[in-house]
Amino acid sequence: MSAGERGRARGPSPELLAHLVVRRGGFTLDLEITGGRGEVVALLGPNGAGKTTALRALAGLVALTGGGIDLGGEPLHAVPAERRPVGMVFQDYLLFPHLSALDNVAFGPRCRGAGKSEARRLAGEWLARVGLAEHAAKKPRALSGGQAQRVALARALAIRPRLLLLDEPLAALDAHTRLDIRAGLRRHLADFAGVTVLVTHDPLDAMVLADRLIVVEGGRVVQQGGPAEVARHPRTDYVARLVGLNLYRGVAAGHVVTLESGLRVETAEQGGGEVFIAFPPRAVALFRARPDGSPRNLWEARVDGVERHGDQVRVHLDGPIAVAADVTPAAVAELALTEGQTVWAAVKASETHCYPA
Amino acid sequence: MLPALVGLGFLVLPVVGLVMRTPWSTLGTRLGEPQVRDALRLSLVTATTATAICLLLGVPLAWLLARVDFRGRRVVRALVTVPLVLPPVVGGVALLLVLGRRGIVGQWLDRAFGLTLPFTTAGVVVAETFVAMPFLVISVEGALRAADQRFEEAAATLGATRWTSFRRVTLPLVAPGVAAGAILSWARALGEFGATITFAGNFPGRTQTMPLGVYLALETDPQAAIVLSLVLLAVSILVLVGLRDRWVSTP
Repeated sequence: MSAGERGRARGPSPELLAHLVVRRGGFTLDLEITGGRGEVVALLGPNGAGKTTALRALAGLVALTGGGIDLGGEPLHAVPAERRPVGMVFQDYLLFPHLSALDNVAFGPRCRGAGKSEARRLAGEWLARVGLAEHAAKKPRALSGGQAQRVALARALAIRPRLLLLDEPLAALDAHTRLDIRAGLRRHLADFAGVTVLVTHDPLDAMVLADRLIVVEGGRVVQQGGPAEVARHPRTDYVARLVGLNLYRGVAAGHVVTLESGLRVETAEQGGGEVFIAFPPRAVALFRARPDGSPRNLWEARVDGVERHGDQVRVHLDGPIAVAADVTPAAVAELALTEGQTVWAAVKASETHCYPA
Repeated sequence: MLPALVGLGFLVLPVVGLVMRTPWSTLGTRLGEPQVRDALRLSLVTATTATAICLLLGVPLAWLLARVDFRGRRVVRALVTVPLVLPPVVGGVALLLVLGRRGIVGQWLDRAFGLTLPFTTAGVVVAETFVAMPFLVISVEGALRAADQRFEEAAATLGATRWTSFRRVTLPLVAPGVAAGAILSWARALGEFGATITFAGNFPGRTQTMPLGVYLALETDPQAAIVLSLVLLAVSILVLVGLRDRWVSTP
């Protein structure tokens, strides 16, 4: 309770306050994760960033090397996994293959002291809530991927956790099922009163499901904020790639940003000091020859690669800066773009976005 | 091709011979003879009891070897497999030295509980357990290693203690391995000869199991020996049928 009281003195303290330090081999995970009641926090990051390890540490399946976990003012890190008020949905669900869907969901309540019939009644309710009442008697192998995902969710929620952990909840599903399940999951998470921490490497899942993103790279937080904020203002190349922006670092003086490569870019916004500058690939115009009466941000670049990207063509450019440009297939034909060719690239100042680093 | 056929013949012929020489017409009456019935009953009771003890002690031992990382685990595993390669007679002698009336443990058992194992039915069970347990441990350990341990983690997040998780998740998952190990152990116990005759002797009705009966009858009543052998052969075939999916069929 003392941690909670201390927190209140400084304003509303978050329900979950975790500082996870896990050292294993050459890898160090050092993350701070906070989450409020009813909030959905997504850990977003490339493979091997330590997201799953962070989740396992919250669940108590991996011991902390340092730091601590505080849930609702109580220390959680000293509590063994089986006594934590934490529900977890594993990436491949790990439904017990020898138990029916109903008994899978009843397993948790049963372990936590409910009688057999009480546990089964609860499990039935949860299965009905995820729309699987008529599949209660089925063994996991008889369930589709989407159904198994919902059983796993029901199983995790049936223990009435205060912290819900989801490890890549949609990764095992095909694209079509994913859409339905994502919408369903969003609904269930909205109903859940506790803190949700989910791990994903899919920016779309993160944007749709989460209230707040924590971007993890190499075991550390590199950026966090609301989905819209992160999408607009990426702070690392990884995030920029995820949200489809060209991102550079530079020093701003008024409307001009000098990039690390020396290229000077004019921006609509004023800035000063260290800044990030970002612009979408479709904001880049390509010319065969130096255009007259040209936009100010103009540089000579070499075509490094050309690939299809939706109904556009993405052109990777080398030069003073590496840039992705999206052009129409017609433009590719017109410009006769081939690898190694030199072109002029231009970006309007009004299409760039500049924010402090 | 020829060596293969010779090899096959070598393995099959003795069995064929046994079946051919079986006195089928008198089989029923011979099986009903008290001596045969006693040996059969004793064999079934002791082999089943030995298998039960193997399960009781062997499953935890297999779990220890598969799940707990401790120093000297490889040594323990090697020790467990010793009875597998040890000549059974040697096993019998060793049991006699330890559990005999003057043995290290036997002396104490005798004094404290008035319990003597050698030359008793309990002694037969001890001898059979000794030779059969490695089969169970190895089989169950293999099954435990093959089982996905993350199911146990999932159980832990749902609130299961180690014991609950073992009982309700792990054990059902490895049940086929446990069953196979139990069948193998039972078959091994049923056929046990060397350790039994050394440690428990050869007293009809008390320690004379079927293999012992076969050996004794061969000198006095060869027909009875054949009948007993046929029963053991039938049991072996049943075991093969029971294990067909795990051991006999190839992928």
